[in-house]
Order: sequence, then structure tokens, then C-alpha cells
Amino acid sequence: MSNDKMVFPYIPNSVPQVKAQMLREVGASNEMDLYVEIPERLRFKRKLNLPEPIFDEYSLKCHVESLLEKNKNCKDYLNFLGAGCAEHFVPAVCDEINGRGEFLTAYGGESYADHGKWQAFFEYCSLMGELLDMDVLSCPLYDGAQAAASSIRMASRINGRKEVVIPRAMNPEISFVVKNYLKPDIIIKEAAFDKRSGLLDLEDLSTKVSSKTAAVLIENPSYLGALENQAAEAGEVARDKGAEFIVYADPISLGVVAPPAQYGATIACGDFHPLGMHMYAGGGQGGFIATGDDMKYISQFKDLMYGIAETSERGEYGFGEVLFDRTSYGSREKGNEFTGTNTGIWAITVAVYLSLMGPKGIEQTGRTIMQMSQYAAKQLSRIRGVKLRFQSPFFKEFLIDFGKTGKTVAKINKALLKHKIIGGKDLSNEFPDLGESALYCVTETKTMNDVQKLVSALKEVV
Amino acid sequence: MGRDANTLLRKFHEAKWDEQIVFEMSVPGERGILVREPEAKVIKEVGSGVAAIPLKLRRKEAPKLPEINQMRVLRHFMHLSQETLGTDVNIDISEGTCTMKYSPKVQEHLAARHPGIKDIHPLQPSETIPGLLEIIYKLEQFLKEISGMDRFSFQPSGGAQAVYTAASMMRAYHASRGDEQRRETLTTMFSHPCDAAGPATAGYKVITIMPDEEGYADLEAFKAALSKRTAGIFITNPEDTGIYNPKIDEFVKAAHAVGALCYYDQANANGMLGIARAREAGFDMCHFNLHKTFSIPHGSMGGSVGALGCREALAKFLPVPQAKFDGEKYYLDYDCAESIGKVRSFMGNVPSLVKAYSWIMQHGAEGLREAAVCSVLNNNYMLKKLSEIPGVVVPYAHGKRRLEQVRYSWEKLKQDTGVGTDDVRRRMADFGLQHYWTSHHPWVVPEPFTLEPCESYSKDDIDEFVAVLRRISKEAYDNPEFVKNAPYNSVVHKVINPNINEPERIAVTWRQYLRKKGAQKTIAQGT
Repeated sequence: MSNDKMVFPYIPNSVPQVKAQMLREVGASNEMDLYVEIPERLRFKRKLNLPEPIFDEYSLKCHVESLLEKNKNCKDYLNFLGAGCAEHFVPAVCDEINGRGEFLTAYGGESYADHGKWQAFFEYCSLMGELLDMDVLSCPLYDGAQAAASSIRMASRINGRKEVVIPRAMNPEISFVVKNYLKPDIIIKEAAFDKRSGLLDLEDLSTKVSSKTAAVLIENPSYLGALENQAAEAGEVARDKGAEFIVYADPISLGVVAPPAQYGATIACGDFHPLGMHMYAGGGQGGFIATGDDMKYISQFKDLMYGIAETSERGEYGFGEVLFDRTSYGSREKGNEFTGTNTGIWAITVAVYLSLMGPKGIEQTGRTIMQMSQYAAKQLSRIRGVKLRFQSPFFKEFLIDFGKTGKTVAKINKALLKHKIIGGKDLSNEFPDLGESALYCVTETKTMNDVQKLVSALKEVV
Repeated sequence: MGRDANTLLRKFHEAKWDEQIVFEMSVPGERGILVREPEAKVIKEVGSGVAAIPLKLRRKEAPKLPEINQMRVLRHFMHLSQETLGTDVNIDISEGTCTMKYSPKVQEHLAARHPGIKDIHPLQPSETIPGLLEIIYKLEQFLKEISGMDRFSFQPSGGAQAVYTAASMMRAYHASRGDEQRRETLTTMFSHPCDAAGPATAGYKVITIMPDEEGYADLEAFKAALSKRTAGIFITNPEDTGIYNPKIDEFVKAAHAVGALCYYDQANANGMLGIARAREAGFDMCHFNLHKTFSIPHGSMGGSVGALGCREALAKFLPVPQAKFDGEKYYLDYDCAESIGKVRSFMGNVPSLVKAYSWIMQHGAEGLREAAVCSVLNNNYMLKKLSEIPGVVVPYAHGKRRLEQVRYSWEKLKQDTGVGTDDVRRRMADFGLQHYWTSHHPWVVPEPFTLEPCESYSKDDIDEFVAVLRRISKEAYDNPEFVKNAPYNSVVHKVINPNINEPERIAVTWRQYLRKKGAQKTIAQGT
């Protein structure tokens, strides 16, 4: 037995007799005959130097599990990190549907055999459209950062302008992407934030906006957590100069916070990770862009769009491609930017999440987050030496200033780990002028006990 | 019953639930899920919470989401999944260039369910995620060996994004040398559209080299297009025709001679694992689609990873962070002054890295080579069988072996019967097969179809697939109208006018549809 040629369960024709028969059928005397077109000089001459494989499934599973078990996860640890990827409640039905093999292993199939996939995408766009109070979305993007970057490029194509104003306090996970994506032709100007409130400095913003400005992009809530109560005014500044007003929104806030369209945004974008995905070390991100029903906008989307189309059977829903030639699939380098494999499985999950939530669920989720985050901030700021950096209203994240404790955030977070707590994001490197501050994230997944646990640990640590 | 032993055809009808759009199921008052409310003490202390939102930022009217009980939501999306022909439920040889291989369940269960990945925050301190960093680091070592490149980044979350990232790195490379005149990139028509669109997005003017009569990228035309303005070339090999370009190293040398960088789009790498590498062909950079070659599921178009490799001299431009190992511990390195920054938030699509790592660990060097050999063997076997079908043409490179896929043509069928590739494609769904991939645009091969019977498919699978195409060809010769009006056994019937370009017909959301449906019907029916 042991001398038998290896047969791989995932490679059916590795059965020697079958392979031999097929080689005969194609007139090849051996395997390398198949590769006659690859010149000798370009062939790889030795065996790949890879670890000894673990052929059997049980041992492989044990091996991978042993690696994953080395990680400290947020079920065993109490996590207060957010900054673009927050811990939210994931309904079981979301996991059930995105684990369905039909969806999980589908790809670019057409609208007949893959009708269900096309309908799920249509429903993703439709449900997000209601949440955002906007009419038009495309298939999803890689993440919120890509959505922000593409929104700006859309704006620039719409008005032909080559400057953009973004917040100086933008989430670096987004701004690093945006800064690369706008090269080489779009100039970025940064609007300052008010050091006392953490809000956008509207006056500074106004001085940066001109007739050259393609778009003003703001985050709401801001990276530092604040709800931008001057968002409408920022939008007026943009529109007064003929610029697009882009708002990067947290979709899970929109049950209680007004959607960007209702305070003047012409383009809304963001990351839909909160709507039904686990954290997956950042693997659950996905981007959306939404606009009004205007060809000026629709023609500038870069990704595929699926529209309802009539079939030969009366009353039956079918689907078709909308303005396919916009995309690089249709027009190569002449298409809008580039499109490709994005985050389809997560878009389907968002559709499931919003269908489950309905208007009441999404509203309750927003309310619970507001309550828990306010509560946590209050409790934390009662600890000696610990205070809220800003007094502005916030959604799920807020900045805690540890300056008066005489300890660095780095040191505090290290000590918290011993209490099985993962502290908020240390911002002392990104914003030295904010001192020893950490961005804490509290969502609907945190209980009163969780907050008390954090408070007790911090009291010991600081 | 069961599949007919002689014809290899089966009687099939896809699930057809005549499913409503989710909004049509709404029953006011129904709830799909209940959400946690805070403890009474919390509410006592902070009140409704919502009052803290500035009045002008408060949502005044609830979003018009449907109200549906949980079982019905589940049933609805179950129905939609059943109305989708994923690779798990069909012989997915159809989607050529996409390498629809089996995505092993064991790796899916690990990556989707284990708390050591599912419940990890991407900004956790490195010392709390040593296992993940070890997987990322080791996967990098594997891909380095498989490609011959010196470093990899897993941040690009799709092949097209990897190409774009490479173009950004080229820009940074030339700028670092003070070489600002390079404003052009070259690609070939049979390379993926992203090899044109990615560099264009990074600001480059793109020159596309057309194939010669035998389907090879034209070396002389290519050389003529190279100049001091060329920043880089983006090229696939084998191209989407499955034809391997044996002069690939001459293309690379010619590009290097003018100071350009050479990028190898390895979307078509499946037939070459352990057989030929980017390094020996002289390339500076390359990418693998982990959703194609390395078995991670295609996820209804993502998420994925375009694993981007480069030589040491370009490594300083890679996106941050990078997983490193100092001999004792694994850590994330953000300290890369010349990095282009980021193309995707955090570390990219990490669960997919766990899956690709698992697949390579389960196969080893021997298994990877076996996958490559069997994919090429399958393809050549199917090529032989399909060549015998009336109406099928195999353009280009006559008498040459193809690697892992072939771009075929129904040109003769169209001439003989009027039935074109789009018609045959629709009809396939009536036999339980995914619609095949025709070709990217513009079609260079007339009436194209591109098939890739990768190593996951047995000889019997291929025989059934061929039998279906043989049957459709016969139907086209016997009764062309029948094929033209397909499908019949799929989820829905033929869409009359599937290219939606008129503003009054565009309805990508339910709210748009409700406003436009009157106009839509009129236009769709051509009245």
C-alpha cells in the first residue's frame, strides 16, 4: 500500500489508471509532454521547497486549530477597540446564509442560473437605499476606504475639478488608502478639527474650499467619535462652490442618526461591516457608495450594477446589467477606475441583516449603542485622572484622556491585557497634540457588567 | 432514473421559487429579530441615549425597511441561495479564467467559525495574535517559493486591486529614482481588463498590444511600443486563450532594456504550480488570485485576496503593515518610509489567508504539482472532445498544447445556424451547468467561450459537460429558434433586453423600480 501513488481527494484524476488513460487520449507519453510549449530554460527544475504536507483532514484541522488557538480572541477577552472595525451583534441567520455553499462558491454567473444571487444583490442595494434614503448603489467595494477614495474620484469626474478637502482627523485606515488612490492628479487639502470639541473646524474648512474643489468629504461620526452637528453647514460650504458633498457614514448609526442625504450629502459612502459580519481580523469589511437617481452620478459608478428587467414571462422578475460600458470589464482602461472581485458574500449578508432588523430593529440597535456608549463614557470619566477628551455628542466611540494619570496609554493597555481586557486604540502616535488619549468603542454587545469590569480594571491600573 | 448512462445527460430543473422581492413580504408589526436593550440601571442613568444626538442630526422618520418574521427571512434567502448555481452544486468548468476549483469545507469551517479568527479585532496588539501572524508569515514564505519572488503583501483584496497596487508601486519606484517621464504602461489584449484599468487608475496611459494571427502577443509590435516613457508592462501568461507565450522572457528583457518594470498577472497560474515561475521568466512583480489558484471560495464575487509579490528592490514600496518574524516572535511592521501606504484597511482579508495556508499545507509540493498537471491534462482532454463537436472552432496556435484553459469559438455554429454564443450560454442552465464565460470585451475571438476544467473535475465530469455542449450544438442545427429562446428549466425565462442603459429603465433599487415600473415595461417590450 505505502508504495502506491498518492491520490488526492480534491484531484479526482490523480488516480493513476485514470490519468494514464487520459494521457493516452491526448497523445502524451508522460506528464511533461503536456508542457512542451514551456521552453526548457523557463521551467522550474527542482521540487518546490514547501513544508511536509499534512494530507489527512483530521491532522490538518488539528494543525490549523493549534495555530488559531494561540490567538487571544474577543470572546475570552473583553474588547474595546473600534476605529473602523467594531464588535457588533451578528444574527445567526446571517451566518447561516453566508455559509450556504450556493452563495459561498458562486462567482460571475449570469442572471438565469444565478438568479438568486442577482436578486440578493438587488435587495442589498434596495435595503441600503432605504437605510441611506438614497436611490442608487452599485455592487459592493473592497471596504469603506476604497468607497471613500472612489467617491472622490467620482466627484472629480463629475465636475472636472482636481482638489478635495478631507478631515485632518480622518481614520488613517481610510486616509492612507485615499492618499494613494488620488495620486497623481488630485490634490488633497485637510480641514483641521477643533481641539476643544473634536468637531470639524468649519472656518478652516471654508478657507480650503474653492471653485477648484471637486468634493468635501467628512466622516460622521468622525474618527474621534463625535457626531458632526455642523455637517449640514459643511455641505453648504461645499455646494456653494459647486463641489460635491460626500459623507462617510457608519451605517449602523442610521436607525437613530439622520442619513447623509437628509443633511445635504450628494454622495454617501462607508463600510458596511457593522451590518452582520464578524470581525475576522478585518476580513469582514465591505464598501458602499450611494447617490441620488441622476445620470450625472449613475454613470460615474465604477462597479457592476444590476437592474430589474422584464423576462419573456409576464410579471416575472429578471435582471440585467446597467450601463456595463461604464466599467473596466466593458471598456478596459476607458472604464471608470477598475472593477473586480470585491465583497459579494458580505453584501448578501447585509441584505439578510437589514431584512431581519427592519425599521424597529435598526432603531433599537442605534438606541442601545447610544445608551451603552454614553453609560461607559460616564463611568470611565468618574475614575480619578481619567476624563473624556471632548464633551461633544458621540455615537459608539469616544476619546479617553489618560494624561492626568501620568501613565501612557501603551502602558495602561498592556496592564489591561492582564485583566483580559483589550483597551481602546492608542492615538498618542497619530495625534501627539491630543496627549495620552485612547479611542474606546462601546456597542450593543457590551453589558453593564462589561463596563464595570473595565472600570474596576482601570482603577487598579491607572 | 438518474443521469442517462448513454447520453450522460440528466433531466434538470433548477429551483424556481417565483420569489418576491423582499419588500413585498413586509407585514407591518412583524419582527425578524429582537435586539438587546440595556439594563434598567443603565437606562436610568443615561435615559434614551438618543436625546444626546443633536436635534438636527436625529433621524426623524424610520427607514422604510421591510418588517418580516425571522423564519420568512430565512426561507427567502434560502430560496435565493437555491436559485444560485454555485460551484458546490454544479460542474463549474464553465467559468474559464476563474479556476472554479473545490473550496474544501474543512478550511471554511476553520476560517469562518473558529474564534481565533472570527473574533479577532484587526488592531489587536501583535502579541495577542501570534498564531495569525505565523499563518500570514508562513503563507508568504510558501508563495515566495512558488513564484520565486522575494516578498509578498496580502493587503490587495482581489486580483484587480493587486494590479492597481503594483502600478502604484511602479509609480513610487520611478519617482524614487527621479524618473518622472514614464507615463505609459503596456499590456496585451488577451490579458485581463484590469491589466489595463489598474494602471490607468494609477494615472498611466495604457497601450494594448494585439495578438498576431496565431494568437500570440506580437513581439515586434511590443518592442516598437516600448520607450523611455514606459513605466511597466502588465501581462498574463498563459493568456486567457490558454496559449503559453514561449518568448515571454524576450518580452521581459526588452522591457527591462528600456528601464521598465515587468508585472506578471498570474490569474492563470493554476497549470504552472511547481512547473514554471515568475522569477525564471525574469518578472519583477506578480500576483496570485487566492480565490482561483489557492482554493478559497469565490464568495459571489468576493471577498478575496490578490497576493502581490515582488523582488527585494521593490519591497520597500509594498503597502503596510507587513507581517514579519525576528527569529523569536511574529510582529506587524508599519515602519516603512517609502511604502505607498495602504490599498485596503487593516491587514486585508485575513480569513482567506487561513484558507489558502490550509490548502497548501494539505497538498505540499507534490500536491501542488499534481493539481497543475491534472488541470492541464483535463484541459487538453476536453479540448480534444470539444473539437469533435459540430460548430466548435478552436482559434489560434494550431497543433500546440494549451495549458489550463481554452478560448473556443462558436463562429461556425453561428454561420451555420444563426445560434450564437450568448444563446448557447443561456441554454446551458437547462442542463444544470453554470453559463460559461464568453470573453472579456472587446471580443477578439468571434462568438467566444472560455472553459477551464481545473483539477477538481473528474473525467466523468468533463464527459458530462462535453455531452451537454454536444446536445446544444445538435439542437442548434435541428431547431435554432429553440436554443435562441432558452432557458426553459432555469429560474427565470429569457430577459428580453438585458442591457439596461436608458435612464427611465434603470432600477437598481426597489424604490427606483416602484417609481419607474410603468415606463420600464413599455421599453423592455419595445413598444
